[in-house]
Amino acid sequence: MKKKKTYWKNIEQIDKESSLIEDIENKEFANQLPVNKILLTQEGLESENTSRRDFLKYVGFSTSAAALAACEGPVIKSVPYVVQPEQIRPGIANYYATAIADGFDFASILVKTREGRPIKIESNKEAPDLGSANARVHASVLSLYDTKRIQLPKINGKDSSWDVLKSGVLSDLNSVSQKQGKVVLLTQTFASPTTSKIIKDLVTKFPNIEHIILDTVPSNYAVESFQDAYGFEGLLDYDFTKSDFIVSVDADFLGDWQGGGYDTKYVKNRVPDKKTGNGRMSKHVQFEANMTLTGANADIRVPAKPTEQKKILSYIYSAVKGLNSKVKLSPEHKKSAKFAVDGIKKFGSKAVIVSGLDDKKIQDLILDLNNHIKSLAIDNSARLTRTQSGNEVDIFINELLDGKISGLIAVGVNPVYSLSSGEKIKNAISNLDFSLSFSMKEDETSSVCKYIAAVPHYLESWGDYEFKEGHYFLAQPTIRPLFNTMQFQDFVLSIIGSSKDYYATIKAFWKQNVLNGKSWNKVLHDGFYKRSKKEKLKFNPKKNIVLDADFNISNESDMELALYTKTGMGDGQQANNPWLQEFPDPITRVTWDNYLTVSSFDAKRIGLKNLNVANGALNGSYAKISDGESTLKIPVVIQPGQAKGSVGLALGYGRKMGIQEEMQTGQNAFVFLKSFRKNQRVKIELTDGFHEFACTQLQNTLMGRGDIIKETTLEVFNTKDKEHWNPIPKVSKNHIETAVTSKKVDIWESFDRSIGHHFNLSIDLNACTGCGACVIACHSENNVPVVGKREIRKSRDMHWLRIDRYYSSEDSFEEDVDTKDAISGIGDSLTTFGKMEKASENPQVAFQPVMCQHCNHAPCETVCPVAASSHGRQGQNHMAYNRCVGTRYCANNCPYKVRRFNWFLYNKNDEFDYNMNNDLGRMVLNPDVVVRSRGVMEKCSMCIQMTQKTILDAKLEGRQIQDGDFKVACSSACTTGAMVFGDINDKESKISELKADDRMYHLLESVGTKPNVIYQTKIRNT
Amino acid sequence: MKIELNLQSLLRNNLLSILVVFCGISYSQDPDPLAGKKLFNANCAACHKLKKKAVGPALKGVTSKYEKEWLYSWIKNSSAMIKSGDAQAIAIWEEYNKSVMNNFPQLSNQDIDNILAYTDYVPPPTVAAVSNVPIQPVQDNSVSNQLILFALVLIFTILLTMLVLVNRTLKKIAVANGVVLVEEKKKKNITPIWEAFVKNQFLVFVSVVFLLLSSAYFGYGYLMQIGVDQGYMPVQPIHYSHKIHSGANQIDCNYCHSSARVSKHSGIPSLNVCMNCHVNIAEYNGEEDLENGYTKDFYTNEIKKLYAAVGWDEDNQRYTGQIEPVKWVRIHNLPDFAYFNHSQHVSVGKVDCQNCHGPVEEMEVMYQYSPLTMGWCIDCHRKSNLKLENNEYYQKIHESLSKKYGVEKLTVAQMGGLECGKCHY
Repeated sequence: MKKKKTYWKNIEQIDKESSLIEDIENKEFANQLPVNKILLTQEGLESENTSRRDFLKYVGFSTSAAALAACEGPVIKSVPYVVQPEQIRPGIANYYATAIADGFDFASILVKTREGRPIKIESNKEAPDLGSANARVHASVLSLYDTKRIQLPKINGKDSSWDVLKSGVLSDLNSVSQKQGKVVLLTQTFASPTTSKIIKDLVTKFPNIEHIILDTVPSNYAVESFQDAYGFEGLLDYDFTKSDFIVSVDADFLGDWQGGGYDTKYVKNRVPDKKTGNGRMSKHVQFEANMTLTGANADIRVPAKPTEQKKILSYIYSAVKGLNSKVKLSPEHKKSAKFAVDGIKKFGSKAVIVSGLDDKKIQDLILDLNNHIKSLAIDNSARLTRTQSGNEVDIFINELLDGKISGLIAVGVNPVYSLSSGEKIKNAISNLDFSLSFSMKEDETSSVCKYIAAVPHYLESWGDYEFKEGHYFLAQPTIRPLFNTMQFQDFVLSIIGSSKDYYATIKAFWKQNVLNGKSWNKVLHDGFYKRSKKEKLKFNPKKNIVLDADFNISNESDMELALYTKTGMGDGQQANNPWLQEFPDPITRVTWDNYLTVSSFDAKRIGLKNLNVANGALNGSYAKISDGESTLKIPVVIQPGQAKGSVGLALGYGRKMGIQEEMQTGQNAFVFLKSFRKNQRVKIELTDGFHEFACTQLQNTLMGRGDIIKETTLEVFNTKDKEHWNPIPKVSKNHIETAVTSKKVDIWESFDRSIGHHFNLSIDLNACTGCGACVIACHSENNVPVVGKREIRKSRDMHWLRIDRYYSSEDSFEEDVDTKDAISGIGDSLTTFGKMEKASENPQVAFQPVMCQHCNHAPCETVCPVAASSHGRQGQNHMAYNRCVGTRYCANNCPYKVRRFNWFLYNKNDEFDYNMNNDLGRMVLNPDVVVRSRGVMEKCSMCIQMTQKTILDAKLEGRQIQDGDFKVACSSACTTGAMVFGDINDKESKISELKADDRMYHLLESVGTKPNVIYQTKIRNT
Repeated sequence: MKIELNLQSLLRNNLLSILVVFCGISYSQDPDPLAGKKLFNANCAACHKLKKKAVGPALKGVTSKYEKEWLYSWIKNSSAMIKSGDAQAIAIWEEYNKSVMNNFPQLSNQDIDNILAYTDYVPPPTVAAVSNVPIQPVQDNSVSNQLILFALVLIFTILLTMLVLVNRTLKKIAVANGVVLVEEKKKKNITPIWEAFVKNQFLVFVSVVFLLLSSAYFGYGYLMQIGVDQGYMPVQPIHYSHKIHSGANQIDCNYCHSSARVSKHSGIPSLNVCMNCHVNIAEYNGEEDLENGYTKDFYTNEIKKLYAAVGWDEDNQRYTGQIEPVKWVRIHNLPDFAYFNHSQHVSVGKVDCQNCHGPVEEMEVMYQYSPLTMGWCIDCHRKSNLKLENNEYYQKIHESLSKKYGVEKLTVAQMGGLECGKCHY
């Protein structure tokens, strides 16, 4: 009998009684899936543990549901006004004239608003003076939409209301005055006649209040000296158009020296024109420690550390006045100083000398010297934009620290941050009976004050100003206050029991004292009113200005620190502004940082290094800087042109309170601003570690490529042919040298561009000071995103417009070209080019704004596989973002490297938490320009939205377009007139004239791209 | 029936005038309500209504409240009466927030009589009864079309029945006559059609290609309509009928969408624009559409929604200040990356609104008429001519471009209206 073999896998299988096998065969799952139990009852949902299977089911369901739902278009709501304001028409921009006066920047400006939102700042070019907006002023519109602004009044850090705050302040003020306590009203310089009157009224009502002015970055020694010489607080204003010979000793007047804003007039005399005989331009000699914008633009720049500068100035003074001088100068300095003396003597009243040294004697000497030579540059109207004078503030600080003061009212100042004894002041303020801060931020000072009065941004405020004697300006709100804020003046008016608000007070004051019968509405519309000043400034000469004795002392082991303000950050008020943080410094091209600038000589001596890591990014060693009291660990940038024995450090960084974490960059250098002197003696030591910089330009020298920045000297320009100093590059065709512009060597078929408009943009390298106002203007006009330090370090910056800064590797660019031409053989070329990568110790500097060149024969267009980049008949190179698939071929094929790729989504993305990531910050976006998405290429569009608008306006009005109607953001932001935009098919236009100018050249002309951006050769008066 | 209907409507519409004309002829000195209506509409309607308070009081039955002589002098110069201290005058002046009524010295007593006659006019009740019968609009064309269709269907059915009947009769006859009808037998072993199809490789290939192509075609068609919302007709928070405003009342589009002439946006009118008219028009008295439920009450109710939004207190004729902005659902949504400017098209190009927005004056509910795709834009730019006349801007360009292309009229495309960057930036 054969037995049937049974193979079993499980004991249950051979147990006939068990029903398990049957169950398994019938049902795939032994247990019922608990879907119903879980999903259908509330308890089920709460009690059941969700299995992995269930989880996947839910995920699958919700994903598919979400995917299906996404197919539906979103429902977009549109909410019109209930009652539409008369002056607002959706889609049409309104412009208002107003003025900024934040204590550091003072300017008359135009504000562009759309649907009631300010979106852009423009210069008020009709204003007689101080109508030019710099980079910070352009960026200030974004500070209006700062999420870190304080939104309502606070008492002891808790939210409060204005009524409670007012009654609290009044009772505190009264109790302090009963105890005979002193209250100090510490304010910025307002330069506002009505505010002065209001403060006077306040002091009359509360006689125990003392008004003291604190300028964050003061010119107090110059003000004091001016006061001695002319009898009132102010600063002498200089009109550089009237000078043919300018000597500056550490005065960065193209930067922020005495309030800045000198560039427009300076440049007027710096652009030679051959049409009327020989080209003329002023000659500019600069003695300075740090490399500044002014030094970079000077004809002769002499590096000298501050003590040497004083000696040089003393030498010049003595020599011009014919006195005996005992100062000893180094041979180079002596040579340059002698040159300056000869110049001053030769040009006489057509010369001027200025200085930014923080020393009363120096400033006395400057005033004396300028009056001695009867310099025509002295403007009869004094500037009133810096008024901190003498040692008032020092006395206040001592009294505060000694506990002699019972109350403090701070307005527009942040003494805890901006005074060198900040930490002590912080403790002193917190111990006061009464402290009140008028501030937009819960900053270092406000946060220790009992009361914080939230003030509006200047674009939400009324104001009147007298920036210069007789030059009056009005400020008006351009938006209703975003938050529950009150202006300082309104608050004071209500405290002193005035029935009028600030607006009514200004109006009444102006009708009575300023307008002289002129229409208030007209002045409000224009934003300015100029009253001619009849009486002359009267100079009281000082006797016995003795200098030599002080200056010969120097301690060789110390380094000299020269503090300065950066073009982007200024005094640090707008530190929470991502546009300014990402703004590349015009000189070092570093963003998001401050740093110690040292000369290569000193760096080598101390062992400080700058390295470029594998991806090209810049690393710098850390240094310890100490003045005996304060110490900072700060990264180092080796700066060509830095005077040996000196270091530079920018103020305005290192703020911690009331600003976003991303924006808390750099170190606070105000700790070194002892007695308000920007020059201090410090010790520098090497410390461990390397700092990672985000630098937008990694190569520094031009390597002798004279066709990128063409330049020549005034002498050559005047005496020689264009062919000599601005030749058109040639190629050899059939062994005949043919100009690249010739049709014979061109394989492109050109469009016919003779009909309609053909836009060109001219950039005059002589007029460009590198100030960077255009960079920020471009940002705000074109919704350019901020990408943050990490991305900038990876060279993923999004600036549509960059200002390249080049150093010469020899003493001048001309010598660079000679060196390059002298190279013979491959061995020589390797070593020489290697050497040429290093900038000279005192190099020549050149700035060159570069944006998309809008080539007529554009290399980017031919390589785009989807035709996203195409050419318009008007000369603009169009970029259709929605068509772009992100191959980046165009960027690779662009010889100018001006195309920018959106590596990430920069809006509504928490990884890039800047203005485009919050509702408030997005209010600044220009509604006429699309916000680009991830994965597309973008670049300068030559502001096609603006040119199209100009054309449409002309069509609507049925008129021809006049020269000057066409504008782009950068050209209208340019205060010096370096950028001119227009239609070259209009033969009468300025741009046609510039295109035909001898100085005109195209960038990389030899490539044959035929750009629509043209450059004007730089002429140096060396 | 038709004739009767027409007569009825004729009667209804013109009864008033017939009556008035009749009265006018017989007693020329008597007040004339028809003339009064005209005068009322011209002079009074801005502030007065017949049955309701507006800026001023309701005028129905005003003759019973005041003496005729008093009314003459009040209408001609009300402020003088208030000054003179007339008690009645002061009472009414104070009741209406001391707002002064305009003086109408130009109206004669006869005119005022006519107006008053209009305010007292009561239409004869019989007419009202007749007018209650809903009147169907006569649609000659559609009826005849339907008729023809119906007739055709009928004829075809008859023919078909006849054919079947004839066939059946023939068969019967054949059977009766002994004719054997041989049914064709199917061949055995015949390959079924699908097998034959599978064996015929060419056919398989062709059909696969055909299938692929057609699915690609429909797939492409499906994908291309994503984001195209042609015909999008959302329900709006207030049922605003363009048919009534733009169609029946002939209000110009630009009256409400005024920024279309000057700005890139056509603009949704702010509510104060609505109130320019609706301060006086508090109820709807036009035609109704009972089928869709658009009754007079329905429309009047929508006007009340407007009052609630704008904060208008109808009883006291004043704004309460309590507003609630209306959240309209936006119908025409261009993507962000396309720039469109209304003024360019409306004022410079002189394109009619209807070109893109369709017959808005016939739309009871607004919907998206055009696809708003790029192809649609480009098509129009290719075909449309520029409006060069009397526009100095175009003079020079026109001259040189016409010479270049050898044409007198220029299309938008020839002017550069197809360039990417003109709309995408």
